[in-house]
Amino acid sequence: MIFGMELSFIWAGIIAFAVLTYVVLDGFDLGVGMLFPFTKQEKERDVMMNSVAPVWDGNETWLVMGGGGLFAVFPLAYAVVLPALYMPITLMLLALVFRGVAFEYRWRTERWKWVWDMSFAGGSYMAAFMQGIALGALVQGIEVADRAYAGGWWDWLTPFSILTGVAVTVGYMMLGATWLNMKLEGRIQSHMRDLAWPTAISTVVFMGAVSFATPFLDPVYFDRWFAWPSIAFASVIPLLLAFCIWRLFFGLSRHHDTAPFLCAVGMFVLGFIGIGISFYPHIVPPSMTIVEAAAPDSSLAFALVGAVILIPIILIYTAYSYWVFRGKIDPNEGYH
Amino acid sequence: MLDGFTAETLARFQFAFTVSFHIIFPSFSIGLASYLAVLNALWLKTRDETYLTLFNYWKKIFAVAFGMGVVSGIVMSYQFGTNWSVFSDRTGPILGPLMAYEILSAFFLEAGFLGIMLFGRNRVGDKLHMFATGMVAFGTLMSATWILSVNSWMQTPAGYSINEVGQFVPEDWWEIVFNPSFPYRLTHMVLAAYLTTALVVAGAGAYHFLKGDADRPSRKMFSMGMWMLVIVTPLQIFAGDLHGLNTYKYQPQKVMAMEGHYDSYPEGGPLILFGIPNEEEKRIDYAIEIPKLSSLILKHDLNAPLKGLDTIADEDEPPVAIVFFSFRIMIGIGFAMLGLGLWSLWARWRGMLYDSKWLHRASFAMGPMGFVAVLAGWVTTEVGRQPFTVYGLMRTSESLAPVAAPAVAASLMAFIVVYFFVFGAGTFYLLRMMGVPPKDQGKINLRDGPMRGTGLHPAGPRANQPAE
Repeated sequence: MIFGMELSFIWAGIIAFAVLTYVVLDGFDLGVGMLFPFTKQEKERDVMMNSVAPVWDGNETWLVMGGGGLFAVFPLAYAVVLPALYMPITLMLLALVFRGVAFEYRWRTERWKWVWDMSFAGGSYMAAFMQGIALGALVQGIEVADRAYAGGWWDWLTPFSILTGVAVTVGYMMLGATWLNMKLEGRIQSHMRDLAWPTAISTVVFMGAVSFATPFLDPVYFDRWFAWPSIAFASVIPLLLAFCIWRLFFGLSRHHDTAPFLCAVGMFVLGFIGIGISFYPHIVPPSMTIVEAAAPDSSLAFALVGAVILIPIILIYTAYSYWVFRGKIDPNEGYH
Repeated sequence: MLDGFTAETLARFQFAFTVSFHIIFPSFSIGLASYLAVLNALWLKTRDETYLTLFNYWKKIFAVAFGMGVVSGIVMSYQFGTNWSVFSDRTGPILGPLMAYEILSAFFLEAGFLGIMLFGRNRVGDKLHMFATGMVAFGTLMSATWILSVNSWMQTPAGYSINEVGQFVPEDWWEIVFNPSFPYRLTHMVLAAYLTTALVVAGAGAYHFLKGDADRPSRKMFSMGMWMLVIVTPLQIFAGDLHGLNTYKYQPQKVMAMEGHYDSYPEGGPLILFGIPNEEEKRIDYAIEIPKLSSLILKHDLNAPLKGLDTIADEDEPPVAIVFFSFRIMIGIGFAMLGLGLWSLWARWRGMLYDSKWLHRASFAMGPMGFVAVLAGWVTTEVGRQPFTVYGLMRTSESLAPVAAPAVAASLMAFIVVYFFVFGAGTFYLLRMMGVPPKDQGKINLRDGPMRGTGLHPAGPRANQPAE
């Protein structure tokens, strides 16, 4: 306990923050990869990749933070979730390998450039889809017995997890398209703005489908959303979401640069909070709670000292790095 | 094709395979990050263009190697959970926070400043750029510190107790972080990374000499690499010896396997230079040995009795042959490095450093040997601690995740195919970049700091391609 709060809840908040930061940051970054095949022009692909080149590995570090953090403070959850999601996690990791190396390899060869373009796009699709699958499988619940995963190695594959897989994929594409709308100029910008429309519409449709399906997966989820008094708090989320969606499309139709991206991020934040409401107080539905999965307080406290000091510093220099590389990418500057 | 293997064997092989690939990149990027910081500082201090040329040359190579390290490292951070979940559950309260510190104090630092180091010189100015370069180097060293603390705790656990559900829980963080083998292992590994990098840098310089491209930057990098070898190799041999003595104290059966001591020697043990371990008969065949020297090294007394593996229960013994051979490979390369360093010193004294063909050939041949030594060293220490994951307390067989063998077989095959393809291509690009002498790098990249460029400053993304 610290200031009357369980350390495990503080840590659940920190891990949730890390995962959300990952989803938003690597979301637009994976989205850029997925939008790669939508232009055949080399020059346009160059500026698309360059819009994320200086920041992508910082973005992916939040994924390591999510996994490493879980290992540090909720080792039991880490030990149960990862074997349960063995296949999607392994496929995601391999996809990230293909995608990550493409940033460098692409500039090191003429003959094989197409290979690394494919690996950049294909890796991005696969990683996004597998992250969505993993989310769906987690929401559906994981069978636990005797401190270990007790299900089979195909349990993660269900219609619901495929639905969440598609939802996350189109959602990341929307993030990518609105990011590129913000960072690029000219023909490629309007091309990306045009792509922001269908990806955003699909995202709304699939987010809606997932939101409708979730409360019916488990009566606990249903109560969390529709029982009094939680419905009073929970209903704020859909209202804010509706505003974000309206503002996103309004911004796109008026050719705004920044607002559509921020609204797309807002949609992800609200969706994430929605999932958080469904989960609480569990960390691994349907049975493992945050408190049960937590490491002893001595571990939580030791790691918390580092987190409290270092995370603000990380946020400052990450923001600084984004600031250094701010503004529109000028494709012609590279040819002087 | 992997039907005959148990899930445990497959998972062990998968971990060994992925971690072996991974260690190659950090052992290069730790050294190279420090080298880049030194080069940049020398450029700012002397304004000698040679240093700037070298900085820009190695920075591109660093970016590729670092990228490969990042993606192979993300795999590692999840593999503890996917394949070794029981280990994760039980050691998480101790090892997890150490890894969290690695992520918070090292990974973010490297990633946060890498972009500025690679592309930002013109955007932020020399001073901040130097700061960013220093932060990247510092980040790689912090990363090594935490992860070696984790590894060392598994080898020499300290400061823990065991709770009612069987988890290792922290009692004293100071004892955990600074566990008995940590200072030795950390020193040994960081020096190994520096030596590996020095050999690569000097090897690239030597290659350019042999190709007849003895430009000033090539001379400078060869000379710097050789100085590094001369100074660091003796330190490394000394550090390695202390590390070995520490291992002998805490993990005696590992040293017995390294030495090939199946039997006890009540009157002083021999140093077995070479031989072939016969695991069936528990003896070393065709042994070439120096009597009593092992006692002198380990106990500083020719006649000190040495215990052998005959005093260890069979189920607690590590596999001898692998440890025996990998240890000799590491030691052999270590002494070859010492020899090369001394040779270069002699050539330098005679004023022949840039003219001695045979020295250049030897340096070129030794270029990749640091990686071999690092891998051999890790095989020695990791196979040597078997059959335990937490030494003496938790067996490898008890650490495994409940994942079916076919799933592990499938993922193992996928990792093998993908890693050889992706990292094979990466290695090819690295070699091709190193094959171009620094003076010609302008022919590939038009100006300072193009890389993939960000389009944000002079030579941009496509500067390395013919104009349309």
